[in-house]
Formats: sequence, structure tokens, C-alpha cells
Amino acid sequence: MSTSATRTVVTSGAPARRPRGARKVHEGSRAEATTAWLFLAPFLAIFLLFTGIPAVLAISASLTDISARDIRDPFNVNFTGIQGFIDIINNPGFQGAFLNTVMFVVICVPISMALGLGLALMLNNGIRRLKNFFRAAAYVPVITNIVAAAVIWQYAFSITGPVNTTLGDLGLPEPNWLGEPGWAVTTVVMMGVWRTTGTCMILFLAGLQAVPEEIYEAASTDGAGAWRRLWSITLPLLRPTTLLVTVLQTVSFLNIFEEPYLLTKGGPLGSTKSIAVWVYEQFGFGNVSASMAGSVLLLLLVGIVAIVQFRILRPKH
Amino acid sequence: MKTLSPTRQALNYTALTVITVFMLLPFVWVFFGSFKTQAEFLGNLGAWFPESFQIDNYIQLFADRGFGTYMLNSVVVSGVAIVGNVLFSAMAGYALAKLRFRGRGFVFPLVIASMIVPYVALFVPQFVIVVQMGLVNSLIAIILPVLVLPLCVFIMRQFAHGVPFELMEAARLDGAGEGKIFFRVFLPLTGPGLATVAILSFLTSWNNFLWPLVVAQSQDTYTAPVGLSVASQASNTVSFGLLLAGAMVVLLPILILFLFLQKYFIQGVAATGLK
Repeated sequence: MSTSATRTVVTSGAPARRPRGARKVHEGSRAEATTAWLFLAPFLAIFLLFTGIPAVLAISASLTDISARDIRDPFNVNFTGIQGFIDIINNPGFQGAFLNTVMFVVICVPISMALGLGLALMLNNGIRRLKNFFRAAAYVPVITNIVAAAVIWQYAFSITGPVNTTLGDLGLPEPNWLGEPGWAVTTVVMMGVWRTTGTCMILFLAGLQAVPEEIYEAASTDGAGAWRRLWSITLPLLRPTTLLVTVLQTVSFLNIFEEPYLLTKGGPLGSTKSIAVWVYEQFGFGNVSASMAGSVLLLLLVGIVAIVQFRILRPKH
Repeated sequence: MKTLSPTRQALNYTALTVITVFMLLPFVWVFFGSFKTQAEFLGNLGAWFPESFQIDNYIQLFADRGFGTYMLNSVVVSGVAIVGNVLFSAMAGYALAKLRFRGRGFVFPLVIASMIVPYVALFVPQFVIVVQMGLVNSLIAIILPVLVLPLCVFIMRQFAHGVPFELMEAARLDGAGEGKIFFRVFLPLTGPGLATVAILSFLTSWNNFLWPLVVAQSQDTYTAPVGLSVASQASNTVSFGLLLAGAMVVLLPILILFLFLQKYFIQGVAATGLK
């Protein structure tokens, strides 16, 4: 961070020895503070109205018996404490959604990260031409509209669709991609990986660009082979990036909603129903308090997992 | 680079080509599929390519299915979201990075923490709030939550750190007001940041789905993704041809912008990795 002269004075000076007027510099003049809050006002207003207050309301509502009838008069409800949480933890539907979500995380995070890292390594110094083309191609799915993508996948993977036609022509089995539990999970996983590999790639590329070229040259001179260099130099130096990507990807797949909701509606037989889909469904059924309790549990899960990952993967020194 | 053998390069090109083909296949399916006729879908759903390029699906989409209105709504929502994010996140980023005031240290961690809150936890209370404000089924309700995104504020704060304090101090000594310093000194120096924010807010608002689906309750307020998803729910009455043409129409603005402004799209992602 660039530090101007005034800031250095302030941060190093002990309060008792501060020259007159230093306090003013430290906190800014009153006019500066007024300007700051005015500049922040539009953001803070929207943030409070659509994130801050809703988060508080969600937590409050999860402790009540609120239902769809109460939406127009949300304060006329009974306080039920943690009963709502106990109920959904014992609810087989929620348990299934929890296990499915964990399954999506455990399958999708490693695959998308491995693919993203592989792409980044190859693009960083594995080829000479067409780098921008390959990078763009892997990135387009990230920005693709999810509703449009789901329509395309439903067409392509329908039982007599283009994918199965080609598989049939090749003499391969033609699975019921969206209609059989195991295959539906496979399809949702493929779509999730397709949509997030590009993000991993970009973040790994940014991390790789910070690795100095000289280290490799020194290692090559010492006779280290390509795999050796990857394991002993690149991956250790990429550790901060790997941590960031792991946390981002895990959080994103814990929250997985659009892929299963749009492709399979969480079916067949609830095989692709994630926690987020379950929460949305409960809202649709009018079980607002169960829906809120589920989303608060999801929030806790995301928070705990992110903190644990930071602790485990943080640089050791 | 000198250690790169031709064999290694050939292997890398092969691997990259295979991955690229899989990444781009959905775009091949949607492009060619959108020109297949109703009869072709009934007769041969699995054909990759149309027998001839018929634009009936597109005509029907706009003439009978209201996609003109949906697209117009999407354009309005995204346009307002871009202007709002560029202006308001620049203001907030400037205040957080360049102005000294009590409470500054408190605002920023709150913003970061909020970015991990699952959206499904927020949309019900958001809906309750919008009902209380009497804004249900309006474009305003669709726009408001994406008018200033925390991520855009985060990005602008990063860019603002790169602008030297001295320039603003100098302007202040010359007697320039705070508004003038922001517009004349600060903003012109953050062009790439503003472009990144503009692209990111376009993407977020254009692709926003769950919130517009909850709030838009009649066809005159549907955005294009909502219109497409509602049509696909009724897929026994709507053919794949129409849906694929709809998907093309929703995707095209994103793809065209990506073609020309790739750098800023990618910067938006890379920004989340900045510290």
C-alpha cells in the first residue's frame, strides 16, 4: 500500500506526543467525514435494505413459525426458538439435500480445480500460439446465462437428443441423462464443472504470473525435470492461490442452486436436490420458517467450512 | 521457455483442443438447434444440424411470445444497473480508500462478510421488504438489489488505492470542493476500474434469474431469462426450437460484448483474487 507523508506521521506517532492538529489528520476533518458518509450513502442504503436487514430478518424468521400467510404482516408470528432447526435436522428431505450438497462439493471442487490448474499451466508456458483463443474458450461458460445454458443442456441431453444420437452412432450406450438418479447427478456435475473451470483457470493464471521465471531456469540448470519442478516449485508457490480457489469453489458449490433447479428440479427422486433447492422448495410450499432455518444452516455451513479451510491451508510460517 | 520440446507442445495443443471442444459444444448445439423447424424436432430430435436455416423460431419468439418486451426490460434493467454501479461504487470505493473518517474500518469487513451469505437466505426477506414498499411486479424492484453490488465497491476500492493521495491533496490546496475532486481528479484516473465494474454489473444484472423470477409476476415485467425459464417450464406446449432461439437471443449480447471487451470480463474475476 502506498503511504503518503501525512499517514506515516500519524500511524507512528504515540497519542501523547502528537503535535497539535495531528488528531485532525488521523480521523480526517469533520468536512471530510461528512463527504465520506455522503459518498457512501447510496451504497449503504441499498446494502442495508437488501443485504443487512434481510440477513437479520432471515435469522429472526428462522426462530419463529412464520408461514406464507404472514408475509404481508411479518411481525404477527410466534417465537419458537431453535425448534425449527431441530425439526429440519430431523427431516429426511433436508438430510438428503445436505448429503447431495456435500456430494456436489466433493466431486465438483477437485475436478474443476484440477482442470483449471491444468489449463493455466498449459497456457502459462506450455504453448506458444493461440493462448488467447484457448483462454477465451474456457472462460465463455462462466459468463453464459444459466437459464439459456439449462435449455441447451436439456435439449442436448434429452433421451433422443444430439448427445445420445452421437453415442448411438459410435455404438456406445445411450443413458437417460436427466431421468435416472445416477445419470442426473452426472449431468449436473458436468454442468457445474463446465461453468466454473474458467474461473479457476483465470485465478491460477494470475497466481502463476507472480512466480518468477528465474526460479525455473535455476531449477532446470540443476537438472530438475518438468514434474519435479511442478511438485517442488510451482505448487508450493501457488499455495495462496490454491487456498483462495478452494474456498471460493467450495462456497460456490455449497450454494449450488441453478444447475439442479433448472436442469432437473432437484429430481429424479430428489437425487440432485441441494440444500439451496430444498430451501427454495420450502418457500414455494409456504413453509417460510423451515425455508429460513435451512438457509441459516447453509450460511453457518458456508462460514464454518470457509474458516476451517483458511486454517488448514494457510501458509505455515 | 527454451525447455519446451515439440512433443510437449504437441501434447499440450491436443489436450487444450479436446477441452476447448467440450467447452464450446453447448454453443454449437444452441446455434444450429435454433434453426431447426418444429417438424425436425418432432421427427429427428437428435440431429445436430438443421436441414436448412429457417428463422421461423426467431420470428415466432418476437411476434407471438413477447420476447421483444422481455428483451427491452432486460436492457432497461441492465442499463440502469450499469450506471448505478459505475457511479455509486466509484463513490463508495473513493470514500473507503481515500477519505479518512471514523467508522471506515467497520464498513469494509461487513461488505466482505456479506459476500458469502447464500442468496437463498436473502430473497424471502427481500421479497417481504419489496412488498412493504409496494414495489412488487415492477422493474424498480428488479433493479434495486443490483444497483450497487458489494463486489463492485470492492473492485473500485482496489483501484482507488492506486490513485496517489498527493493529487487529491494538491487539488484540495487549490481550493477545489470534494465533489470536484471526485469527478475531475479521481474518476478520470480509474477508467479501467470503471470498465471492469460496468462489465461485471452488466453480467450480474443481465444474468440475474432467481430475484426477477420471484418479483416479476406478469409478462410486462419479465426479463429475458425469466421469460425463457417460464417458457421452458411449459415445455410440453413450447418446442425446443423456440427455447433454443430464446437461449440464443439471451446469450448473444453477452457473447458480443465478450468478443470486444474480454480483458474487462476477466479482470472482474481476477479482482476477487486480489488482496
